[in-house]
Amino acid sequence: MSISMPALLSQLLLGLVNGSFYAILSLGLAVIFGLLNVINFAHGALFMFGAVLTWMAMNYFEVNYWVMLVMAPLIVGVFGVLIERLLLRWIYKLDHLYGLLLTLGLTLLIEGVLRSIYGVSGLAYDTPEPLNSATNLGFMVLPNYRAWVVVASLVVCFATWFLIEKTRIGAYLRAGTENPRLVEAFGVNVPLMITLTYGFGVALAAFAGVLAAPVIQISPLMGQNLIIVVFAVVVIGGMGSILGAILTGLGLGVIEGFTKVFYPEASSTVVFVIMVIVLLIRPAGLFGKEK
Amino acid sequence: MKTRLTSVALAALALTLAAGVQAQEKVKIGLITDMSSLYSDVEGKNGALAIQMAIDDFGGKALGQPIELMSADHQNKADIAASKAREWIDTAGLTMVFGGTNSGTALAMAKVAQEKKRVYFNNGAASSALTNEQCSPYTVHYAYDTVALAKGTGAAVVDQGGKTWFFLTADYAFGHALEADTTKVIKEKGGTVVGAVRTPLNASDFSSFLLQAQNSKAQILGLANAGGDTINSIKAAKEFGIDKTMKTAGLLVFLSDIHSLGLKNTEGLLHTTSWYWDLNDDTRKWSARFFDKTKRMPTDVQAADYSATMTYLKAVEAAKTTDADKVMEQIRKTPISDFYAKGSVRADGRFVHDMYLVEVKKPAESKKPWDYLKVVKTLPGDQVYTTKAESKCALWK
Repeated sequence: MSISMPALLSQLLLGLVNGSFYAILSLGLAVIFGLLNVINFAHGALFMFGAVLTWMAMNYFEVNYWVMLVMAPLIVGVFGVLIERLLLRWIYKLDHLYGLLLTLGLTLLIEGVLRSIYGVSGLAYDTPEPLNSATNLGFMVLPNYRAWVVVASLVVCFATWFLIEKTRIGAYLRAGTENPRLVEAFGVNVPLMITLTYGFGVALAAFAGVLAAPVIQISPLMGQNLIIVVFAVVVIGGMGSILGAILTGLGLGVIEGFTKVFYPEASSTVVFVIMVIVLLIRPAGLFGKEK
Repeated sequence: MKTRLTSVALAALALTLAAGVQAQEKVKIGLITDMSSLYSDVEGKNGALAIQMAIDDFGGKALGQPIELMSADHQNKADIAASKAREWIDTAGLTMVFGGTNSGTALAMAKVAQEKKRVYFNNGAASSALTNEQCSPYTVHYAYDTVALAKGTGAAVVDQGGKTWFFLTADYAFGHALEADTTKVIKEKGGTVVGAVRTPLNASDFSSFLLQAQNSKAQILGLANAGGDTINSIKAAKEFGIDKTMKTAGLLVFLSDIHSLGLKNTEGLLHTTSWYWDLNDDTRKWSARFFDKTKRMPTDVQAADYSATMTYLKAVEAAKTTDADKVMEQIRKTPISDFYAKGSVRADGRFVHDMYLVEVKKPAESKKPWDYLKVVKTLPGDQVYTTKAESKCALWK
């Protein structure tokens, strides 16, 4: 098979678009795991919830995309705070498995309710003005919206990384996970911090959901299809590593994109093959630290 | 004491045997289909509802006993479908296995039904292998198959000048069969296939595959996929402007897909369907009843579910037994005529009836809710399905 340079370039770009979704979703997972030690299986469902909220706002209240880009993460964030306060906080002392099962249960619940209302074929969402045209790059025609997805997620990813790694709040957060008692002794309200962290993590998922709404048909299943890959991304990047999640997300999006050209049948499995190899060579993930 | 125990044991045994005999004569239908994933709007729980409507319209009873319907979700996994069918036949006394969407699961269940000698109806799965290479004396393939879809849409598109094709093919039994059957029709008509890409089932992003299609410079983008995959392909094709250089031919498109995408995204899409709710007064009448219960118009698969159930129940009453061989004999010798279709079941298990080449209306042409399709041409059943000369089924020689 001969593949031309323009074809490769366009696949690289498309890979980056998909990688942006992986990055922003795995980032949320990494933040939550890093600070709460919870494997948040509900991440995919909350991503989908963000997209469905965007659709509902447009269809029932005529609230546009740009408003929802802020509102949907806020609403889902508050929902996340409720989940943390009412459910998750009771199981921190238990094994990781309990958090995983609890959030998996939540996923089934959220998906089931929305499926019985909307079915699975999905809801169409038009690309918002002024991004609904395409730019001819010479080697391909790129819809402007897809370019926006890459820019928006890179900005959000970088801001999150900066917040956690470079600011005072971030320092408290990281210290709180290492030694909560000591940090509390300094007068920091650790439980509140943890609650807000979970809310922030799932708000990131909702943000990705809003970004995805005009690209993928909005359906109760959209999170399910993505979340398993995103988990693999987190494992490859290293559980709890912020920068690792971002770089691995983008990188795997690109690798997956190329696989779609060279051997499309394997495009849904290539990420898992890489996961197995990484686990064999570096069990803590590419960017993770051995504990 | 000992005799008492023995007599209790004997009584229990007698009861079990009696129950066993009874179970054999009681009509039990088991629907095994995709209830939760990408095909569940095509059939799913509303397919079960259509079957129940047929049971109720039949009077709720057959051979003097209440008819029972069970349903299960096969999650698009062939092993789950086969083991569920086996379990229900062995432990619940299932008399008819009703297989739904997804060809991989359909072929697996056909094998179980043949081994256990149970009547097996399928709607929704399209692979023509069900009545060709893998045909069985117990299979009735009811709604459509890949051959009819290929001959319908493939031939029409080539006739309109679409000579070069590129396929987006769902990477499992159904997609492969649809691509192969359509390729055959295209070549017979003098067209060529310049390329194909096999996409994983339930892929979330089709843009990469679509760019490959665009680079192939083919005139026609052939979608050999279904349900959620078709929806996401059409959506991405629109977004990337593929529709400006290529014309899309959906080889298996359902009313639920069009409803979900909207006419703006689908107008002009040519495809082949076994049935449409707005064909005539009979179809409208039944569809109105269905709509009252579900708030959705039925897909052709859901209408076929009703019709197939009626066909089976009538055959059981006429044969006065649930015995699979006798029921199948009855089904094959009785012509079928209802709001869904008119025709008969052939020796290979294929229900041969007319199909319709349809086109999606422009938004301005749609006068009422769910008014989506116009019939371009009626395709006679004896022309669109596998012919005797083409068939490799040993039962039809």
